[in-house]
Amino acid sequence: MTPSSINWFKFAAPARFYPLAGRLWPWFAAIGTLLGLVGLWISFFVAPTDFQQGEGYRIIFIHVPASWMSMFIYCVMAFYALLGVTFNTRLAGMMSSALAPTGALFAFLSLWTGALWGKPMWGTWWVWDARLTSELILFFLYVGYIALTAAIDDPRRADKAGFIVSLVGVVNVPVIYFSVKWWNTLHQGASVSLTKAPSMATTMLLGMLIMALAFWAYTIAMALYRVRAIILERERNATWVAELPEMKS
Amino acid sequence: MKARQKRFAIVIGGLAALGIAAALILNAFQSNLVFFFTPTQVAAGEAPKGRAFRVGGLVKEGSLQRNDITARFIVTDTAQEIQVAYTGILPDLFSEGKGVVAQGTLSPDGQFTASEVLAKHDENYMPPEAQAAVDKAHEASRSLQQ
Repeated sequence: MTPSSINWFKFAAPARFYPLAGRLWPWFAAIGTLLGLVGLWISFFVAPTDFQQGEGYRIIFIHVPASWMSMFIYCVMAFYALLGVTFNTRLAGMMSSALAPTGALFAFLSLWTGALWGKPMWGTWWVWDARLTSELILFFLYVGYIALTAAIDDPRRADKAGFIVSLVGVVNVPVIYFSVKWWNTLHQGASVSLTKAPSMATTMLLGMLIMALAFWAYTIAMALYRVRAIILERERNATWVAELPEMKS
Repeated sequence: MKARQKRFAIVIGGLAALGIAAALILNAFQSNLVFFFTPTQVAAGEAPKGRAFRVGGLVKEGSLQRNDITARFIVTDTAQEIQVAYTGILPDLFSEGKGVVAQGTLSPDGQFTASEVLAKHDENYMPPEAQAAVDKAHEASRSLQQ
């Protein structure tokens, strides 16, 4: 079988995806832990002091990867929403629900570390500039998604309501990303982007990218772990669940 | 068209419409979304009159005067300048030649009285030695031009 002929939809069936997720998540958890340790070590002990902000800049190693992940996870949720609406696969809604708490966590981390960073450097915890405000809206979108899907009892209807929140809210993501370009903001521009060379020392950049990869692996591990619980909960009356080895013991 | 292609088209069409709507709204609120005005905008009369607003730019080199805890400095965007007075504690990153955003009111004589001063730093991160090297290179290229 050539790679292009893999039937991806095979894994859209919760009964098939459940064991696959079970095999995969420990690997991602291990990779995430390892990269996290290496990343933190580089962040705190290897990366040089900044010429302007001294040691205080080191919060960037958490702040920037967390902000990236908060935006990226929302895009993934919107992608699952598109899949769910188009193909009516049950797994799309489950994956969306599994990702939302991690996305909310990263959005909160981004805001919180940003406040901790803003006070010593800018002189304020919070300002209502375009970047900070749009990231706060992203956090509310995550919380709104979680609240809305939790408020509807029928999981299929809850998924559909959640899809609408994901698809409508995804418009906010480019606004967050480009806010520092489109408007005057207190928040500085991007240090790392696809269009220009990074304006950071190489070791600093390395630390930040490794932390970003660690957050990726953590997100995948958590989503897979959580989706297994969601699958079991929703399919508890299905025969394949009753036949699972862990159910028989 | 199959049902699923139709659903896909509806979602994509909806997103496109939503994106355009958002772009139009943000464009309409353009002037409300700026965090600060540059000295050039203030000189052109774009800043709101009679109420507090923020002015942002660089602290002009050699313009900072401290008198007790009152600081006077010039905010410049290299084209226009504004004289700012502020009584209070300045943030650690505040220094001449660096970014600053001051909130306050503009008096008719062009004096800006700030109630809050925030430091705005740039997106460059490097060790002090690298910054020293950059400064040196700037110095060298400047002396070559002369």
